[in-house]
Amino acid sequence: MSEGHRIIGRNLRKIDAIDKVTGRTRYADDVVLPRMLYCKLLRSPVAHANIKRIDLSGALAQEGVVAAISGETMPTAYGILPVSEDEHALCIDKVRFIGDPVAAVAAETEHAAELALDAIELELEPLETIGSVEKAINTPEPRIHPGNRRGNIHKLVSLEFGDIEQAFAEADHVEEGLFHYGGNTHLAMEQHAAVADWSPDGRLTLWSSTQTPHYVHRVLAKVLDLPAAQVRVIATPNGGGFGGKTDPFNHELAVCKLAMLTGRPVKICLTREEVFYCHRGRHATLIQARTAVKRDGTITGMHFRTLLDGGAYGSYGVASTFYTGALQTVTYEVPHYRFDGGRLFTNKPPCGPKRGHGTPQPRFALEIQLDRIAAALRIDPADLRLQQIQPANSLTSNYLRIGSIGLAKCIKTVVEASGWRERYGKLERGRGLGLACSSYLSGAGLPIYWNEMPHSAATVKLDRGGGVTVFCGSTDVGQGSDSVLAFVVAEELGIDPYQIRVVTADTDLTPVDLGSYSSRVTVMTGHATRQAAAAARERVRSGVAEKLAVSGEQITFADGKVRVAEKGIELAFAEAVAIAEARHGTIVTSGSYKPPETAGKFKGAGVGPSPAYSYSAGIVEVEVDEQTGFVTPIKVWMAHDIGQAINRSAVIGQVEGSVYMGLGEALMEEMVYREKRNLVHKIPSMLEYKSLTSLEMCEVETFLIEDPDPNGPYGAKEVGQGPLLPMPPAIANAVYDAVGVRVDMVPVTPSRVMAALDAAARGKAPRHGPERMPQVSWPEPTRVTPPWAGGDGHAQRPGSGKQAS
Amino acid sequence: MLVDKITVNLKINGLATELRVPPQKTLLEALREEAGLTGTKHGCELGECGACTVLINGSPQLSCLVLAAACDGAEVLTIEGLANGPELHPLQSAFAELGAAQCGYCTPGVLLAAAALLVRNPSPTRDEIRQALSGNLCRCTGYLQIWNAVERAAEQLRTR
Ligand code: FES
Ligand code: FES
Repeated sequence: MSEGHRIIGRNLRKIDAIDKVTGRTRYADDVVLPRMLYCKLLRSPVAHANIKRIDLSGALAQEGVVAAISGETMPTAYGILPVSEDEHALCIDKVRFIGDPVAAVAAETEHAAELALDAIELELEPLETIGSVEKAINTPEPRIHPGNRRGNIHKLVSLEFGDIEQAFAEADHVEEGLFHYGGNTHLAMEQHAAVADWSPDGRLTLWSSTQTPHYVHRVLAKVLDLPAAQVRVIATPNGGGFGGKTDPFNHELAVCKLAMLTGRPVKICLTREEVFYCHRGRHATLIQARTAVKRDGTITGMHFRTLLDGGAYGSYGVASTFYTGALQTVTYEVPHYRFDGGRLFTNKPPCGPKRGHGTPQPRFALEIQLDRIAAALRIDPADLRLQQIQPANSLTSNYLRIGSIGLAKCIKTVVEASGWRERYGKLERGRGLGLACSSYLSGAGLPIYWNEMPHSAATVKLDRGGGVTVFCGSTDVGQGSDSVLAFVVAEELGIDPYQIRVVTADTDLTPVDLGSYSSRVTVMTGHATRQAAAAARERVRSGVAEKLAVSGEQITFADGKVRVAEKGIELAFAEAVAIAEARHGTIVTSGSYKPPETAGKFKGAGVGPSPAYSYSAGIVEVEVDEQTGFVTPIKVWMAHDIGQAINRSAVIGQVEGSVYMGLGEALMEEMVYREKRNLVHKIPSMLEYKSLTSLEMCEVETFLIEDPDPNGPYGAKEVGQGPLLPMPPAIANAVYDAVGVRVDMVPVTPSRVMAALDAAARGKAPRHGPERMPQVSWPEPTRVTPPWAGGDGHAQRPGSGKQAS
Repeated sequence: MLVDKITVNLKINGLATELRVPPQKTLLEALREEAGLTGTKHGCELGECGACTVLINGSPQLSCLVLAAACDGAEVLTIEGLANGPELHPLQSAFAELGAAQCGYCTPGVLLAAAALLVRNPSPTRDEIRQALSGNLCRCTGYLQIWNAVERAAEQLRTR
């Protein structure tokens, strides 16, 4: 328990834990309404085609079918980012991947709806499929999105901070490499589900397993052409999200439309196969990384190029692209930095944000590259990192404002705990240790659509019976955000957190919160809730002070009591509330939060800023079987700089869950498509899409480094995503320590390890990884003078300075 | 197409229950849709994830792979029946206290698989726990807090 706090920093049971262990939690598919119909979607069996004809009459003629719709019923395009509104609820002119929805049916039973899909006639005119980043670059036509300006190139960005050529010219050693990070998916245990209810007075309600009810609310109003005030979105507790439920989805719109057409509630629950098609997961990314260092290992410059396989739609892709270049600078000092990123459209399920959003891919390359540099310069990899950590309270060369940074302490902690100094490089062949670090945002600095309103808000209502209710738009996806709200309110009011009611994620009842993504909730809703609760406490204080004729400062709030110690007065919290209510009327207070203004003013500066950055350092010990290439993680030591834990056991759970998911990405998880067979997903099932079971997971020793950040509530920073990031590079580095070969690809599969061992045995470079970066005509970079060179955050005037390389 | 329903007699959580279900319905669907017991979850309905685990005559089974009709006469225990009235099963308290349920979606299935383990083996080693839960995927916890909670519950059950 931390200094001065009674609730914050303790190990407390989550407020919804009892519901979860008794089966009482109501997830979206548990919502049942009278007269409910069931919806099924017809999805494209072809990866790229023009739609010639859809005939729904066969389906409508089937027994039990009440309605069937196709794309023209919802012609308005939408998309999570205003810059890429390229989706339709149901495809209109063309289909873009296997699984793209083209029609929806509502029937009396799920079975009847399913049977009806077979009776829909869909005539498609197949088009050439674009299956890879390289093909997308070289095949401008047919365009997956006819309106896209540059063939199948969705986005190209280029930024330069400082003078990268000079940095490389002055270096003693340059490390250059190509890396590939496989695409993978969230695989939340809960399949997406939604229930829509339409009432003839024009009001629409949607229950959905979404992490972002506010954004869904906006899209429903827009596409269904309803006043937003008539639309209510209730995000049910998510059975896991990890970023997979942050887009507005086709099925959400389809059930709403069907409810409006039939006047009956309509439910859908996706099959697991359909969840694979919804995807929005990690972009498969090709990375070219160059790092320049001085003889002592000091980084002078870094140049990253990334090519992201975006899949068929924009989704968060523009942000994802920027994220592959944003956070390289926040861990170690990088004085000169250049980033070129490109996202390509391909005929695969759309990619989007997954835990770590766009940052695990470059982090993989960066942390392996540091390992190589350490080996080349004969410096210990831990020391190489420790000697150049970005200073606290600083601006990075790309204008990210760093507050507290506990990275050095994280590294030292895991080095000590794992016996690194005695064991790294010294274990028997086949055993190895690997180290990697990372950083992540505590919430994105800018909202998804441009506006000047708060990102988070909360309302606190006190009842004269002593009851306290907190209302907030945030969504609990299993990370424990409902509990964070209760703990913060309990801390501020001096009451028991389990007596607080939490009402969240209901657009009719709760003030807007942008959603559970980018690890923003603890910091942003934490601030808003703290402000609301403190205001409520001050109301009670002034009411009691007036009534008892004491000064406010004499009054304390603790243990469910309101005390005036000097006078020996002790009131139950409920009595104090009643006194205050008699003075002030009903006590309802609010709080809101908006992140500080970003320091960068150039185009593209919107992705990367955050109120605070978390830091992690992880070491993994592995065993590598040289006969099979099998890599077994033995143990992980993970230190995470959380600023200040709100609830220790929840934080440890997030660290362990991140480590687990990172190990899955590192070793086995991958979205694979059959290139030769029309880009059909190879493995849209939980059995074939391998993830770690209880048998493969290893022990994790977690260390929380608490260095409170001035921008976090009570000093708290994020934990849900950061500790995933070190795992893939740590595994690759550990494989190198174990058997002396490099696998520059994720996942590090047995066949890739064997390929690298094989290369080594044949006297080639002891490595397996991508060999080639496709040619791209990168745009002239936006040049920005770094803060250390006197820059003000604005881009230099175009044309000034040197030409692009 | 909309087939006639059949009658299945079961004992669910100790209560004799007669369900009328379409013959193709799985036990999972019968429990959730006909008996109103939505505590049992599903992640795949293909026998791949373990979320739908219930106990049939004491043994953990994937309810998505069993036809309701095949369970006539069976005793079924679901998450709703794990607590003894208002008193939580020690596994439930341990899971709640130790953070073993994050999103909670895998939790009912994990709890029932663990409950069956502790009946078979009151003092499981960590490896035996890992083995017993290897059919239950959890995407949130990384399993560690689950193992810890099962260990704690086992200890509590032994000293009761
Ligand atoms: S739902 Fe039965 S195993 Fe997945
Ligand atoms: S707690 Fe979320 S899947 Fe296990």
